[in-house]
Amino acid sequence: MAYSDKVLDHYNNPRNVGSLDKADPNVGTGMVGAPECGDVMKLQIRVNEETGIIDDAKFKTFGCGSAIASSSLATEWLKGKTVDEALQIKNTEIVNELSLPPVKIHCSVLAEDAIKAAIKDYKTKKGVPVPETVSSHA
Amino acid sequence: MKTPIYLDNHATTRVDPRVLQAMLPYFTEHFGNAASRNHMFGWEAEVAVDKGRQQIADLIGATPKEIIFTSGATESNNLAIKGVAEMYANKGNHIITQATEHKAVLDTCKKLEKHGARVTYLAVKQDGLIDLDQLREAITDKTILVSIMYANNEIGVVQPIAEIGKICKEKGILFHTDAVQACGKIPVNVIADNVDLLSMSAHKMYGPKGVGALYVRRKSPRVQLTAQIDGGGHERGMRSGTLNVTGIVGLGEACALCKSEMAEESVRLRGLRDRLKDKLVSELDEIYINGSMEHRLPNNLNISFAYVEGESLLMGINEIAVSSGSACTSATLEPSYVLKALGVGDEIAHSSIRFGIGRFNTVDDVDYVAERLISVVRKLRELSPLYEMAKEGIDLSKIQWAVD
Repeated sequence: MAYSDKVLDHYNNPRNVGSLDKADPNVGTGMVGAPECGDVMKLQIRVNEETGIIDDAKFKTFGCGSAIASSSLATEWLKGKTVDEALQIKNTEIVNELSLPPVKIHCSVLAEDAIKAAIKDYKTKKGVPVPETVSSHA
Repeated sequence: MKTPIYLDNHATTRVDPRVLQAMLPYFTEHFGNAASRNHMFGWEAEVAVDKGRQQIADLIGATPKEIIFTSGATESNNLAIKGVAEMYANKGNHIITQATEHKAVLDTCKKLEKHGARVTYLAVKQDGLIDLDQLREAITDKTILVSIMYANNEIGVVQPIAEIGKICKEKGILFHTDAVQACGKIPVNVIADNVDLLSMSAHKMYGPKGVGALYVRRKSPRVQLTAQIDGGGHERGMRSGTLNVTGIVGLGEACALCKSEMAEESVRLRGLRDRLKDKLVSELDEIYINGSMEHRLPNNLNISFAYVEGESLLMGINEIAVSSGSACTSATLEPSYVLKALGVGDEIAHSSIRFGIGRFNTVDDVDYVAERLISVVRKLRELSPLYEMAKEGIDLSKIQWAVD
């Protein structure tokens, strides 16, 4: 299968690889997927307490090139957004940006799920009630 | 280093230049139809076909009349299994095969099940070998055929064919083996192995695509088949259709080369394979070899690089042609059923790479591949949350993963 240039770029030069301190009260950690399915994404955000803005985001992904690219792109988009803005990121935007083919749409879904899971973890830490999110995947 | 490097010789092989040279005249000056009995063009073609038949028979210890030409091993497998099921329907309707067969055997058996056959799919042990006691226990008075592959196309594991042949002979059951990966790579002898039907293909042994053969035993027992393709009654009525003369010449020459060079070539390929394995094992932690190393083709290696997904690994070494058991690289989006059958867990299948070393590979190829793999695996493990967790001492099997 031929990959888009953007997928190749993220695969070859992944942005924001790494881990933040899970124990930090300002850090939210999302881990989605399962090894037996061939995809596991760990995505973390750190929120600036004063501004409410995500000032750092990191990821680690076990998965195909499109999964790596989707999570790498997600971390780029998360930085500088508020938590509520971050919740607006849709998997379809990732699909469009990376020109993912239909068989790789699940990679973008996983990235959106990882963002939501990280934010949920952050809100739980902060004692904010977390409503059951309604899935909006394309 | 000259790239791309081709290390996917279980999928197909490059045609040996000597095979091509033997074939070329049969496209042009000797283009006759081997079934044309009344002129020299036909006679030339027939002589060429007879020579090919002899060369093929010689490789597997058969006689020329026992060789039926087909379009390839998929057709050979279909003809052997469906042909026996139909011909021997009054004797019984039970077939025994095993879980890691090629789809050409499994799907053929599934088709027969729809038409009333009963099929037993033997499980394999973790080393990829079948359990002979399970085979014995599976045999009933309705069993007409056992079909067990000689060597596996993904993990290269070589089944105990001679023992299986002996069991089948004692019970009076026909024994078919898909020997596509074994023919030309390791010694195969239909007499010593008590094989009644054997499938082979030219393009896995440095011959052309589109031609194969089915060995059909003529003596003790004389095996009969119901033809699956009807027409002019070619090939003793078992497979009609004008013979692919160029292909047959190519298959014959490929067999002759393999026969004369196998002893030397298998030592060289084993050396390259072990060199690759040793380099990877010495440089990388947590890598697992799938299938028995003891009962294995000399040119095969199948390794899982734990915590690294196969397709992302292939993406990092895109100047090297190998294949993966990862779901993302398969048309069905399912991880390799062969690796799953070993019972090693889906994540091992997702992380697997199959290497098939061939006649045209060199020490430099293998060294380059090892070096590139080591560097890409290390890079991807830096990216892998699973590797990080494993290094922290977390038991990944104890985690409750959120599966959709």
